Amino acid sequence: MTPSGGSLPERLEEIGRAGAAAFRVAADPEALEAVRIEYLGRSGRLADALAEIRKLPPAGRRAAGQAGNRAKKLLQEALAARTAALEGGEGKARSQGRSAADLTLPGRRTWTGGVHPVTTVIDEICDIFRELGFTRAAGPEIETEWYNFTALNIPLDHPAADMHDTFYLADGVLLRTHTSPVQARTMERHPPPVRILAPGMAFRRDPFDASHAPAFEQIEGLAVDEGIDFVEFRASIEYFVRRFFGLSTRARFRPSYFPFTEPSAEVDVTCHICDGAGGSCAPCKGTGWIEIMGSGMVHPAVFEAVGYDPEKVTGYAFGMGPARIAMLRYRIPDIRLLYEGDVGFLEQFAGP
Amino acid sequence: MKVSVNWLRALAPDIEGTAEELAARLSMRAVPVESVEDVGAGLDDVVVGRVVSAVKHPNADRLTLCAVDDGSEAQVAVVCGAPNVVEGALYPYVRPGATLPGGFRIESREIRGETSHGMLCSERELGLGRDAAGILRLGDGHRPGQPVAEALGLPDARLELELSPNRIDLACHVGVARELSPTGEGGIRLPDVGGPGWEPEWVDGDLEAEAAGVRIEIQSPDRCRRYLAAIVRGVTVGPSPEWLASRLRAAGARPINNVVDSTNYVLLELNQPLHAFDLSKIEGSEILVRAARDEPITTLDGAEHALSGIETVIADSERPVALAGVMGGADSEVGGATTDILIECAAFDPLHTRSTARAAGLATDASYRFERGIDETGLEAALARCVDLIVATAGGTAEASAVRVGDRPPATREVVLRTRRVRQVLGLRLSGEQIAGLLVPLGLRLEPADEEPGAGEAAGSETLRVSVPGWRVDIAREIDLVEEVARRYGYDAFPDELRSFRPSTVPDDPAWGRAERVRRALVARGFLEARSASFVAEELTSGSPVPLLRPLSSEEGFLRTDLTPVLLKRLEHNFTRSRRDVRLFEIGSVFGRRPEPAGGGEVDVPFAEEIRVGVVLTGRRTPEHWSGEGSDLDVWDLKGIAEGLARELGLGEVGSDADADDETAALPLGARDWLGEDTFRIVGEGGTAGIGGGVAAAALDAPPWSAPVWALEFRLESVALETERSYRPLPTHPAVPRDLALTVPPGVAGADVEAVIREAASDRLESVSLFDLYEGESIGEDRRSLAWRLVFRAPDRTLTDEDVEAEMAAITSALEGRLEARIRSS
Repeated sequence: MTPSGGSLPERLEEIGRAGAAAFRVAADPEALEAVRIEYLGRSGRLADALAEIRKLPPAGRRAAGQAGNRAKKLLQEALAARTAALEGGEGKARSQGRSAADLTLPGRRTWTGGVHPVTTVIDEICDIFRELGFTRAAGPEIETEWYNFTALNIPLDHPAADMHDTFYLADGVLLRTHTSPVQARTMERHPPPVRILAPGMAFRRDPFDASHAPAFEQIEGLAVDEGIDFVEFRASIEYFVRRFFGLSTRARFRPSYFPFTEPSAEVDVTCHICDGAGGSCAPCKGTGWIEIMGSGMVHPAVFEAVGYDPEKVTGYAFGMGPARIAMLRYRIPDIRLLYEGDVGFLEQFAGP
Repeated sequence: MKVSVNWLRALAPDIEGTAEELAARLSMRAVPVESVEDVGAGLDDVVVGRVVSAVKHPNADRLTLCAVDDGSEAQVAVVCGAPNVVEGALYPYVRPGATLPGGFRIESREIRGETSHGMLCSERELGLGRDAAGILRLGDGHRPGQPVAEALGLPDARLELELSPNRIDLACHVGVARELSPTGEGGIRLPDVGGPGWEPEWVDGDLEAEAAGVRIEIQSPDRCRRYLAAIVRGVTVGPSPEWLASRLRAAGARPINNVVDSTNYVLLELNQPLHAFDLSKIEGSEILVRAARDEPITTLDGAEHALSGIETVIADSERPVALAGVMGGADSEVGGATTDILIECAAFDPLHTRSTARAAGLATDASYRFERGIDETGLEAALARCVDLIVATAGGTAEASAVRVGDRPPATREVVLRTRRVRQVLGLRLSGEQIAGLLVPLGLRLEPADEEPGAGEAAGSETLRVSVPGWRVDIAREIDLVEEVARRYGYDAFPDELRSFRPSTVPDDPAWGRAERVRRALVARGFLEARSASFVAEELTSGSPVPLLRPLSSEEGFLRTDLTPVLLKRLEHNFTRSRRDVRLFEIGSVFGRRPEPAGGGEVDVPFAEEIRVGVVLTGRRTPEHWSGEGSDLDVWDLKGIAEGLARELGLGEVGSDADADDETAALPLGARDWLGEDTFRIVGEGGTAGIGGGVAAAALDAPPWSAPVWALEFRLESVALETERSYRPLPTHPAVPRDLALTVPPGVAGADVEAVIREAASDRLESVSLFDLYEGESIGEDRRSLAWRLVFRAPDRTLTDEDVEAEMAAITSALEGRLEARIRSS
């Protein structure tokens, strides 16, 4: 083939452009194959031009080689694109006589990730209390007796400590039995007003069964300032209950006992299954109510332990079990399902 | 605590409402009521029957053939299997065709050749109690044919209270009646039980005293604060009268004999545990309260205890006769032959009672109350009540003098309550008078404490002196009274008013923000969040793990030191469910023993903990699709995820430098080889931030059909709280791409090549990326061929070929010179 005008690199560029255009307009696979042989065949236009590179003086070879590479790539891409287009079109053409493409078949999927249902519950609780000015605090899971019991007005030899079957790690060192130690730790480091939530793990010597786990999530709340009273405490919890469980849900407060709050209250909400009717409803055991949190006004002894003046500040505290709430909300019958990491279980809660 | 509603009404006739209403009132004002049980419901068909005659069944040794008078004209024949049938006595009788509580229908039937027309019933068959050992013997005052419910004072209802540790005063009927009665304490009248109205002459002593021939001594005053003893001589031990037995049964207790039942009655009425000794078994006529020695005792339940010295005992001159405040000894038990008794009414120390009960492995009605605190001012009244009951039901004569040793506490304690404090804590503006209206029914007395009446009121607050009775051991400070006010006012009567608030001084803890970023990044990559146990077996730990002192099992004996092995366990669980594609992550704490404090600083806790992020993945790269077989994840997927996370979360650089030293950390990452080959580290500013790679075959139990398993673990602390972002102008001039293929000798890593390229080029080099890698014989000499795409761009003009050629020349000469790379001509 005789050189027809322009330098070799220029001609190579030209071959690329012309070939790509020819590929684009090939009407059917036969035409496409003909174009392929013309441009990319063993003795096609590109091969012929590349053969001339050897005849060039060494200084010019590099530029020509690069131009050749670019042309080759352009041609190959154009070929691939047209091949794909014709294959699709062929499928379409073939199916036109009978029916449309079988779009009942599933498309390509990707893996869907998801957060744990207990995380969802914790996040929602935090979001709602954020509206009431709460921030999130944290504390260690390995605690001292001081923070876990003494600072919370729980004498170690008092029957109240029986309620906590504790995992000890060393003398005076234990796995926290509740998230309440974060109360004392936070107040020690920050002056009032304090409004915090402390989600985290707590540990009790309960063997695993359908409703107990030796390690479980808890979420602690604490609000301390001048002028916080029982009325505000009740109203804040009611606000949370309506936001979290729904506007039609009612809360009730019952007297209870926790050494670190006084007055103490147990909070029940109307059962979401029977809507408070009770009867033979299993989740609420027929009472129409479901217990969701222990709470109360912070005991003055706790303020004394952290150096707050109980004559000046007052506050409320509460604790909830997000795992139990997740079980109620999603009707999960066995707490062990939460901690098995079973993909079939977790996928049910996946997605945004 | 089980409470009989009839008993409550007998104490306070003004208690109104159904059992359910009373239960609701208690739950909302005091303590939860777990259950409301009907007692004696469905007994319409059961009547009183007199066993006129009882002879042995001709064909069965253990059966009795009874002739029963059921009030009708003819006597009926009944076969009875109970061992305690007595001629002439009264029992509950069910006629054929009738139905027992629980739906059991009684028919006439033949038993070993004799027809039984109906049945004599036990306590349990009637649903009255647990006793099924024999048929229920009724008191003599009833007539055959009378409905048994009437004879037993039924129907009744039994409330089961869930007592909180502070409300031990509600462990008796008087305490509950006080809560429920509108008049409260003032309206309570103890029913007349007969008896002489015993008012003894007290013989007092600080630690010892003697009366009626018996000496009492408290040898360990720290273990026992008060000890009162009465002596009754000439009792006849036998079954209790019907009314007494019924009361006990209704409250869930089992009648035993008149003496023991009398002590239990007073326990359930007034909350005071009492114990009756057979006086003839007390050696040396003395009772000593002392610490146990190395000595044995057999308690009433038949259990033998080898005492250690921790326990407190009641002893005579020879041996222990009771575990103080817990249970009596078998040796001195009151039985059929007993005539003279000593009744103990004491105040044992809560903590020592707890130690005694724990050491003996016992928890009794008595220890439960002593541990929580009894009314130490009420001993005299309780003992007198018990003496009267015993004399009334078992006969005998009480000695006129009785011993009383120990400190007599004042009748009431005084606690000050300010109405201002009530307002501060509760938000209720209550006057002293209103508060008194709430508290007086509980037996509290309130008086204005202001020197000039009304002075405090003018200042907006009244100060009240509150006298607290001995049974309210929980009320010690002002806040306890505030709680009583709130409780009596009714939690649900408070207004629902949301208040304004000041923002918290506590900033959001960064750990939560970090965890949220990690969760978003991993969920976006298709991972599912797991939460798994913090406890593991020792073989899953590394470094210096923390053992639990008393684990639930050896499989849960240690705190986890890494997340990867825990997640691999979760993976194995999924394998057992035939799941091949698994992508899990977890954010959670790991624990370890703290190395010696370097600077001699004070370390409170010899343990360390940190929050980690663990990731495991295996199986297909994308979910299976009909268009073709998906391929399995390989190390490049893992590395890509690690690089993506490292970039997005600011973790650091991902490198193959797997040997980077992390041993100095308290909680070293990957101290144990979970990972096999292809291990890499993420190195951040603070050192190793993470580690990842292929999981070693030995590290998990994987089925043959499973795909390779990949894991990644990093420290949450290494996650940046936010990524700094600022706009860079978008390019206005075209980019010039160049491909560069080269071969490198063994030992030259891809990262080395990239580093040389970047170093040799000017800032016009915009990006470098590897697009092909080839290793094969055609290249030879173990060399590898790498093909890179380089993109050049200048911000201010279009680059010319010459510009780019100059860049490429510099790059190739650097590669050739420094890495012995050979450029493959293109």
